[in-house]
Amino acid sequence: MTISTTSVFANKKWLAIAGFAAIALLAPFVAQTFGGNYWVRILDFALLYIMLALGLNIVVGFAGLLDLGYIAFYAVGAYLMALLSSPQLTTQFAELAQLFPAGIHLGFWWVLLIAGPVAALFGVLLGAPTLKLRGDYLAIVTLGFGEIIRIFLNNLDRPVNITNGPKGINAIDPVILFGVDLSKAQELFGIQLSPGLMYYYLIMVLVIGVVFVSLRLQHSRIGRAWVAIREDEIAAKAMGINTRNVKLLAFAMGATFGGISGVVFGAFQAFVSPESFVLWESIYVLAIVVLGGMGHIPGVILGGILLVGFQEFLRELAEPVQKMLFGHVYIDAEVLRQLLFGLALVVVMLYRPSGIWPAPKREDRPVTRTRSHTSRLEGGV
Amino acid sequence: MTALLLSVQNINKRFGGLQALSEVGLQIAPGQIYGLIGPNGAGKTTFFNVITGLYTPDSGTFMLDGKPYQPTAVHEVAKAGIARTFQNIRLFGDMTALENVMVGRHVRTHAGIFGAVFRPASVKREEAAIEEMAHDLLEYVGIGQYAHYTARNLSYGHQRRLEIARALATEPKLLALDEPAAGMNATEKVELRALLDKIRQDGRTILLIEHDVKLVMGLCDQMTVLDYGKVIAQGLPQDVQKDPAVIEAYLGTPAH
Repeated sequence: MTISTTSVFANKKWLAIAGFAAIALLAPFVAQTFGGNYWVRILDFALLYIMLALGLNIVVGFAGLLDLGYIAFYAVGAYLMALLSSPQLTTQFAELAQLFPAGIHLGFWWVLLIAGPVAALFGVLLGAPTLKLRGDYLAIVTLGFGEIIRIFLNNLDRPVNITNGPKGINAIDPVILFGVDLSKAQELFGIQLSPGLMYYYLIMVLVIGVVFVSLRLQHSRIGRAWVAIREDEIAAKAMGINTRNVKLLAFAMGATFGGISGVVFGAFQAFVSPESFVLWESIYVLAIVVLGGMGHIPGVILGGILLVGFQEFLRELAEPVQKMLFGHVYIDAEVLRQLLFGLALVVVMLYRPSGIWPAPKREDRPVTRTRSHTSRLEGGV
Repeated sequence: MTALLLSVQNINKRFGGLQALSEVGLQIAPGQIYGLIGPNGAGKTTFFNVITGLYTPDSGTFMLDGKPYQPTAVHEVAKAGIARTFQNIRLFGDMTALENVMVGRHVRTHAGIFGAVFRPASVKREEAAIEEMAHDLLEYVGIGQYAHYTARNLSYGHQRRLEIARALATEPKLLALDEPAAGMNATEKVELRALLDKIRQDGRTILLIEHDVKLVMGLCDQMTVLDYGKVIAQGLPQDVQKDPAVIEAYLGTPAH
């Protein structure tokens, strides 16, 4: 009896995953056919935001550390890509130009490799001074951290020009995969592949990687320690968890995913400027996590799809619909978006405080034991 | 005489103008249930927090299992072999009962980030062993059927048991219980007593801080009575019970 219900459940699960994979694979083709390249780019950004949200989910969802400056790690990744794969540094510094006459073009893959540890270091830099803070206080400090990074990027064009200030850095190298330049349209077996389409699959692979790592972490000794800290820090300490290290690990892991997303963003856009890393972006990513379902990975993914999709639909529809209904545009699409966004947050917090798709409760699950021969308890206990 | 499991001497702890503990010392032999009682505000919980590293004492020496022991960081205390429960239950409310106990295994297991992500055979074995032991412990304290219940939704008595199971998961040399019977009804108290008795029979040492004098008297091998931060009596329960200082502390001086 039990066996048949579990296998039906497992089949359903695989069916759902297969369906989801099919949708995910076909989505950019559908978007391109019906909406053109613009909608493919929106899908790319939806994936980028999902990746960001999954990173933030480790910090906020698992470890319960409210971080309002998360976008700073995205900025670190993006600027790392910009500085190490564009003419920016060699045009500014003659000595570097002599060393690298062809310019510094480290390329996407190397930067991706470096960005993880560098962003993690920034995560620890943020985490270390905030170890004793929780809730609102932590939120304020992290918010400040996010702004500090942005303001640095904005002003590091004087006295020596490193980041090119508010003008940003352009001409960033695209991703080159097996000699194929992803920023130029390619043809494969007679199918036109636009850059947006190729980037979609690249980011999809990265998102799958991030989901995999998140899932593995969640069901591990470290993941349990994170949740324990979220639930009760003093009890966690009393159970022998070194809360300092485990918290720093959460900050570092979250930052790593943020940094990786940033590198992709830099290469994809070929241009970065401080404008992309304002506080609003941090709040947006946090909203994806909170609305989707804090600590629940499928919920966070759904949150990303819904929020980015919602925003774009509104951008498309807000003005035509108003024209149709009232013959006049009363509210600008951008204003309406923020208005409805706030409203959605309030409604979800009122009616589904743990998110649209929270982690399922398992109360009714029968107690099943995975008997292993490895451990019988020694002694009495 | 057998070697002592925990020996503490001359502990002083002052909060501003209040001498919360003065020259407190006690010796716990392995396999005992050691009771620590005293009226409200006697310093029981302060003492408890000192030996579990939550407070730093002003002075005092500690020996745990023959080794000098310095309760400085709270998480080191669990590693050294003292696991505690809390007077006002502190479970990980949103985790299941099973996960709560699994967290208790943290300090005796090793998998890190890379182990978690790549899950080599050794980590798989470790995880299976953690889960196995957590199940065993839940059954041991008598709440095995609630393994997948969220800790928050367990009944009060079961939450107390879960806290004990979680503490046992750290394989403590000393299990320190802060008023485990607080808020329990008579039946639950009898059941708790049986559980503590079982834990002792299985060779664990327990430090029991309790308000309920009846429970302590019936259960403990040795005990200490604190009042106003000082030890006023120490020894076998039946002797302590007759001690005039203890009677005075609990009932006041007889009227003339």
